[in-house]
Amino acid sequence: MRFSSNTRILLIAMTVVVLASFLPLGVSGYILGLLTVAFYFGVFAMAWDLLFGFAGEVNFGPTFLIGTGAYTAGILDNLYQPPIWLCVAAGTFAAVAGGVVLALPALRVRGPYFGLTTLVAVLMLQNYVVVDASLTGGEIGLTVPDVITISDTKNYEIALWFMAISAAILFSLSRSPVGLILQASGQDAVQAGALGFNVTKHKLTAFIISAFFSGFAGALLVFYLGSASVGTFVDITVGVQIIIAAVLGGRRTILGAVLGAVFIIAMSEALRPIGDLANFVVFAMALVVVLIFPGGFFGLLTRSREGG
Amino acid sequence: MGTCCVSVVFWQILVDGFAISSLYALGAMGFALIFGVSGVLNLSHGALMVAAVVAAWAAGNDLHAGPYTGAMIGVAVGFATTLLTYFIIVSPLQRTRKIREDEKEIFILTATLLWGIMIQELIGYLYTNNAKTVAPIVEGVMSIVGVRTPKNELFTAVVCWLVIGGLWLLVNRTRAGKAVLAASMNPRGVTLLGIELSQIYIAVWAIYGLLVGVAGVLLGMFLGVSSYSVGPLTASAFSIVVLGGLGSVSGALIAAYVVGYLETITAYLISPAYRTIPALLLLIVVMYIRPRGLLGRR
Repeated sequence: MRFSSNTRILLIAMTVVVLASFLPLGVSGYILGLLTVAFYFGVFAMAWDLLFGFAGEVNFGPTFLIGTGAYTAGILDNLYQPPIWLCVAAGTFAAVAGGVVLALPALRVRGPYFGLTTLVAVLMLQNYVVVDASLTGGEIGLTVPDVITISDTKNYEIALWFMAISAAILFSLSRSPVGLILQASGQDAVQAGALGFNVTKHKLTAFIISAFFSGFAGALLVFYLGSASVGTFVDITVGVQIIIAAVLGGRRTILGAVLGAVFIIAMSEALRPIGDLANFVVFAMALVVVLIFPGGFFGLLTRSREGG
Repeated sequence: MGTCCVSVVFWQILVDGFAISSLYALGAMGFALIFGVSGVLNLSHGALMVAAVVAAWAAGNDLHAGPYTGAMIGVAVGFATTLLTYFIIVSPLQRTRKIREDEKEIFILTATLLWGIMIQELIGYLYTNNAKTVAPIVEGVMSIVGVRTPKNELFTAVVCWLVIGGLWLLVNRTRAGKAVLAASMNPRGVTLLGIELSQIYIAVWAIYGLLVGVAGVLLGMFLGVSSYSVGPLTASAFSIVVLGGLGSVSGALIAAYVVGYLETITAYLISPAYRTIPALLLLIVVMYIRPRGLLGRR
């Protein structure tokens, strides 16, 4: 039963991806650009969901990992102009290193204490970027000399397939024995340990995987946008939007995070006519979902299907 | 000349740091109280304070209210917004059956975070993101141990300590206060004694609302805030409370002075740009060595 529902979800998801890959034939470059950002954003949210939804770690600082990946890639390109894939690899690697650093306190402190540690990590990174302006571009931001491609369609396709492959990996991981052990350690670490699972090893793995995808996506996004700034990669507001995307989509579902990310980007765009109030409305809608449908979009979808 | 300037800077740090620290203490106290009694970490804390400041500022600016009336309006708005937070966000989440008990904490964190950002966005929309300073109640400058100090700074410290003293008396000397204290130690025991827990929560949130209002208005007179201060204000209350030990009000008091002085020393001796960094580092060190904070119970 469980297997068949997973297969069904994967089939639906694959159909959506295939349909989405035909979008460039029908819609404008502007919309493709929005979706490109939404897809990278979706990867951020999925990586967050793995860490929080499964390993139970209250991570308020997804942007610490993303920012580390993005800035490492951007600075490297700015200084030496190596091939872009090398910059992206370096960014991903730096984010993984950041993930290990972040995992160390997580193995010692729990709940709100860990949440605060992650918040502090973001503030430290932000302070560093602002203070070391000659290297990072400071508050103005960093402009990278290279982009992957200037074609809207190409960028869209890269983002789409990157998102689809990340989703497939993270989703199957979450439904694998490893995912179940993570979930068990998140809910009751002592009991999971008593059952013979190495909680420390699994949590560390979760941090590394989450950091890998966050850093990878962050580095790719830099080479799509052509710039990196605190406001787009590091600021706590960005982290909050990622968390909202994951919670809106449905926690512990991985794929829901992408729905949430697309929804947030689409709503901000649709509400553009009302100007500065748009963010307020998006956040208010998110709050209503959290209060009334704690299961999120994905929870609503799967529940209605089970009912029917 | 050397010794004279060193001593002036020393006294300046001492006086300035005291006022800032008192304000931090007052701001973090309510946050610690709420966590101690009901286990809620309110991430809209900074937004509530900014709401109080902006209300006081708008009363002076748009309605041409005097400083006293403005301050009153600020405190009232801070109070009302805090109670609103409890009734429409925190209380429904505490009561709902749709969310598993062990997941409620994270839902309250997420919901209050969202609520705080909504307040921030609304303030930015209605009154722009510019910094706002509230007209002080006391004006002028005086000399304390040779340091020219705005009278407002002294006023801030005095009011903070009066309110903190009042809170101490309330909790330790009155029946209602003792019930609150008991609830923070053992909620089930309190219910068994026939005291309605929900009423204690409302009382505590009302006290928190007053603290937020007063601390907010004082902050507005002393330093001024903008809608961008929401995150940093929450973060500083959070770190002070964690440093002192979650749930410990006296720990928060001590931690507020540690953080306040550390920041002032850094700002004077190194550079204002690095102001917050040593306190953040200290926080990380404390969490590694002693995760329950200075006076934490757990």
